Amino acid sequence: MTFLTQVLNGLQLGSIYALVALGYTMVYGIILLLNFAHGDIIMVGAYISWIVMSKLGMSPVLAVILSVLGCTALGVLIDKVAYAPLREAPRLSILITAIGVSYFLENGSQLVFGADAKVVPDYTSLSTFQVGGMTFSFTAILTIAVTAISTIVLNLLVQKTKLGKAMRAVSEDMGAARLMGINVNTTISFTFAVGSALAGIGAVLYSMAYHQATPTMGIMLGTKAFVAAVLGGIGSIPGAVIGGLVVGFAEVAVSAIGLSVWQDAVVFLLLIIVLIVKPTGILGRPMTEKV
Amino acid sequence: MEDIDMTEGQRPTIKTGFGPGKGKGGVYRTLPMPARYAINAVLVVLFLVIGEAMIGNGVVSRYQTGVLEQIGIYIIMAVSLNIATGYLGQLPLGHAGFMSVGGYSCALFIMKNMDKFGLTLATMSKVSPASVMLFALGLLFGGVCAAICGLLIGIPALRLKGDYLAIITLGFAEIIRVVMLNIDSVLGFELTGGAKGLTGIPGYTNFLNTFIVVAIVIFFIHTMMKSRHGRAIIAIRDNEIAAESTGVNTTYYKTLAFVASAFFAGIGGGLYAGCIGVMAPAKFGFMKSVEILVMVVLGGMGSMLGSVLSATVLTILPEALRAFADYRMVVYSIVLILVMIFRPQGLLGSYDFSMSRVIERIMNRDFPWKKKREAKEEVSADAER
Repeated sequence: MTFLTQVLNGLQLGSIYALVALGYTMVYGIILLLNFAHGDIIMVGAYISWIVMSKLGMSPVLAVILSVLGCTALGVLIDKVAYAPLREAPRLSILITAIGVSYFLENGSQLVFGADAKVVPDYTSLSTFQVGGMTFSFTAILTIAVTAISTIVLNLLVQKTKLGKAMRAVSEDMGAARLMGINVNTTISFTFAVGSALAGIGAVLYSMAYHQATPTMGIMLGTKAFVAAVLGGIGSIPGAVIGGLVVGFAEVAVSAIGLSVWQDAVVFLLLIIVLIVKPTGILGRPMTEKV
Repeated sequence: MEDIDMTEGQRPTIKTGFGPGKGKGGVYRTLPMPARYAINAVLVVLFLVIGEAMIGNGVVSRYQTGVLEQIGIYIIMAVSLNIATGYLGQLPLGHAGFMSVGGYSCALFIMKNMDKFGLTLATMSKVSPASVMLFALGLLFGGVCAAICGLLIGIPALRLKGDYLAIITLGFAEIIRVVMLNIDSVLGFELTGGAKGLTGIPGYTNFLNTFIVVAIVIFFIHTMMKSRHGRAIIAIRDNEIAAESTGVNTTYYKTLAFVASAFFAGIGGGLYAGCIGVMAPAKFGFMKSVEILVMVVLGGMGSMLGSVLSATVLTILPEALRAFADYRMVVYSIVLILVMIFRPQGLLGSYDFSMSRVIERIMNRDFPWKKKREAKEEVSADAER
């Protein structure tokens, strides 16, 4: 019974990481940018939910919609304002800009909302349900289901649609894609929009599980999700999901044996070990260096 | 054959020594190396003596002295991060981790060994042969501990590309923080003091020894970067594949630069421990690493002067603008983004100030405004032709 609960917890946490990791993996896959601000987009999403439900007293459905839309818009805005002017700049400059954006979002929301944690109310009144004598947490099941659906939809989007084809082409070779008549900037913006929408969904699921919004919540969540993306093999959609689940299970397992203070350290240790053994991650393609 | 001779003839001959020069196209007089070192040494000593005298007179208050010490420490942190970011072209995000390793190990080393040197909490902060000895040993110990951590993390991390290095070092700093926080409760004895921190650190840091260490660190890094090893490191930054194909052992030099960066960060951490007096894991989070990175990026990646200036300004500003403390971080981040968009190489780029170069220019009456006028004359002469 407790074992099953722990497995469910691991799946729930892993699903959230997977959703966030998908956003990382997509942006990284297309412009090779480690988007440090991705975790902070989730933080903004959680605050939007809090404002809509606690401050304005509107319905949770509206909160979900506004959170996802807000995150999407924010992601595209960040790309247009901060990253687009640097498309041709050295990688280090874009990376530092990403840190700057992340820093700005964190400190900006600390200025606006204060450093203390805001309590995000319940989205639904359903908390548990029983199947065959066993109690399941509703949010856990919902989280897992939403993640599964999102992953399938994303996979279809990337593999079957015209925009998905453009995304794959740009990530393969930006110059050649441009020559083929693909609008690279639109494609990149679209990637940011999809990644940030996933972050918005992640924000809703996260606040459903933990009911908290703090200015710095995005750092750890984002970093661990990036760890998940790297673990699974950056640029790979199934890899991000696998990585997310691995990180989620590892954390829950470490907490379950009573070492919860060490869980952050264990996640990073896992990353270091995987990178030493297989630098491209579990499902990553071997990268060849071009001169 | 004659073509080669002509190009040779056009180049001004460089002559070392104080002898008379012929100006443009003639002998360009330079200072001999010992004279250059002597000039810099005199300037450093002058700065130390004046600073110490002002503190002794009470012109500079206790509080201001504390700020000065912090400036020195952040100069060391920025200059050491500059090795990895500016000269090597990597992006480590765990500099605060190395700082905390150095700080804890230096403070613990000094605290555990005070008795052996016949020192107490009070006499440790006074100048005596024993205290200076212990201080130097402690700093070295802190630096070596941080360097070992740098080696451990650098070997796997540097085989990977930039972003992975960033995330691995970030993760590593986090591991260090968690270890410092929990190691006491796991091992069951008093070492780091857990979340409440390590207290009772003697105040062994003062203005004089901080800036002596700053001068030594800057000297070391400067000479290292001017040497064969430094050129190899800069070659890796400019083009790793080209460097490798010209015979630079990239793995070795990347690790060397990374370990050197960690070593000096550890020394900075050791000074920090003595300056603040309390070490707590919470002080060395991701924010601290970013703060140091902002100093390097803003000043100019690969510029020693840039790191020193921005470390100085960014340490004084928050002290001077206490009223705006809330806005400081927001302004930091906006400045960081704007600098990256409009001046990606940092405010000073890779420009470095050299006192000897200024003196040489005066010796040769080679002033920037003169050059402009000459260039203009040449242009007008070309036009007439």
